[in-house]
Amino acid sequence: MTTIFGVPTQALFGQLLLGLINGSFYAILSLGLAIIFGLLNIINFAHGALYMMGAFVAWMLLTYLGLGYWWALGLAPLVVGLFGILLERLLIARLYKLDHLYGLLLTFGLALIIQGLFRNQYGVSGLPYAIPPELSGGQRLPFMFLPNYRAWVVVASLTVCLATWLVIEKTKLGAYLRAATENPTLVQAFGVNVPLFLTLTYGFGVALAGFAGVLAAPIYSVNPNMGADIIIVVFAVVVIGGMGSILGSVITGFALGLVEGLTKVFYPQGSATVIFVIMVLVLLVKPAGLFGRTA
Amino acid sequence: MADTAAVTAPVTDAPIAAARPESRDDRALHRRVFVGIAVALALAPLVLYPVFLMKVLCFGLFALAFNLLLGYGGLLSFGHAAYFGMASYVAANAAKHWGLTPELAILAGTLVAGLLGLAFGALAIRRQGIYFSMITLALAQMAFFFSLQAPFTGGEDGIQAVPRGHLFGVVSLADDRVLYAVVAAIFFLGMLAIYRIIHSPFGQVLKAIRDNEPRAVSLGYRVNRYKLAVFVLSASLAGLAGATKAIVFQLASLTDVHWTMSGEVVLMTLVGGMGTVFGPIIGALVIVTMETYLAPFGAWVTVIQGLVFVLCVLLFREGIVGVLARRLGRPL
Repeated sequence: MTTIFGVPTQALFGQLLLGLINGSFYAILSLGLAIIFGLLNIINFAHGALYMMGAFVAWMLLTYLGLGYWWALGLAPLVVGLFGILLERLLIARLYKLDHLYGLLLTFGLALIIQGLFRNQYGVSGLPYAIPPELSGGQRLPFMFLPNYRAWVVVASLTVCLATWLVIEKTKLGAYLRAATENPTLVQAFGVNVPLFLTLTYGFGVALAGFAGVLAAPIYSVNPNMGADIIIVVFAVVVIGGMGSILGSVITGFALGLVEGLTKVFYPQGSATVIFVIMVLVLLVKPAGLFGRTA
Repeated sequence: MADTAAVTAPVTDAPIAAARPESRDDRALHRRVFVGIAVALALAPLVLYPVFLMKVLCFGLFALAFNLLLGYGGLLSFGHAAYFGMASYVAANAAKHWGLTPELAILAGTLVAGLLGLAFGALAIRRQGIYFSMITLALAQMAFFFSLQAPFTGGEDGIQAVPRGHLFGVVSLADDRVLYAVVAAIFFLGMLAIYRIIHSPFGQVLKAIRDNEPRAVSLGYRVNRYKLAVFVLSASLAGLAGATKAIVFQLASLTDVHWTMSGEVVLMTLVGGMGTVFGPIIGALVIVTMETYLAPFGAWVTVIQGLVFVLCVLLFREGIVGVLARRLGRPL
């Protein structure tokens, strides 16, 4: 058997792939957080809960309505996005004139409510969600076995991240969005409906989280606690990358996923904390974050 | 874009405290409240279970310590469970395995929490506003994973059957009433210390930094030193509360380091009134009572906590004591 640094290549590439998968979720979630924060100046603590909700919506569509994975991939983000729009209109919009910390506290409360409700209804043991038949099986590569579904997750998340980046950087809509991030008052004076923009941005940001949830459902079991654990890691990812750059948060997400995977191979005990340790190092060397704009 | 945000507004709705300087009358009022609290502490065990009261006092001190940082330093830490929980682990170990007397065990826990606060605080104050909160949360999560894996914490089981021991090696703390007296004394001294800190020249500078950081910088204050100092003080006092709790309940467990504990202390402070002197005590009383009575409903407690969070943020930002202070027209 071939080895690299005393580790079988099979295990090494397996963990790297797993890291890439985790990185996909970090990237989509931190991208959503960054877009929401850029425009609304709110750190969306409910992001993890809405990611969990996306997975649950997929499960419910299958269980109660018989709608499969591909339906869920379109419908679940829509449902989560609409739910987010409701939250923004009814609750979050009331806080824009206050200190940003209230936004954090409000969304923390929302996360507790959403997680608590799902936990009461479905317990904590987790529900299985099958890989769609089109994507079952895998490819036998010279150095490893590549399950089709995992490859799909990486491709799908990369595509969504790049598409989001293109929309924001290259279209007129994106230009409005960037302008409103810089100076909302001025943009509103030009006749752009900024409050509507805020609502739609929040909806889109959490729809991304819902999309990630559907992608995650067949890999991890559908579990009410799945969002609570990942959101804190994503916060660390966001601190490391800085929220100033869309592409930056995507790159940081994937890179940190890979680092986590590598840690699992060489020092398994450290895999849970490695991202936090990197955050500490980045804070010491470059406090504004790798892609942050100001110190 | 993000880091300039901290400049815009103070954290609290700035009740009366910021509107006018405290007068001699206000100090007299506070003295009367302190006497009232002392009397209440002395009489409460006649009516309520000492164990319940001790739980309220531990969390009350925890919330007071947290509020020192949030209400007066303007820094929202979302990771205070780290100091509370690590101190309780150290105190439990000290009392059970190192054979220290309870007061030394509590002291050891407090010191470790202070050192941890020094390390984490030095990192977290490198960023401001919302990033500060995220960093404290992430660092606390690191402390949680450490507690999950490190051998001295007992992992999922925690450290059980911690001996209450003999105070100064003499007075047995096995009796709940004796222990209550000790906990009440720790709480009262902790509260007085925090009051003293808030009203010292150091506390005045803190409030200046909270209300307008660039101005404090331009006045020549080394803002980061003040922030770090208040962070360490807050972490140490949170540790004092956690270490005391470990001795009282004879248990140190993962619950105390988990992020939900960090959320709970935020909630207590929010309910009682951020930036008020006495609010966190009332908040702790309300939340601990609520949890005790709602315990049979299991997971619904989380949902209700979430609802209280949302309602407080939307409708009741001043908190109970904040409203009271506004009605009276006096800072409390």
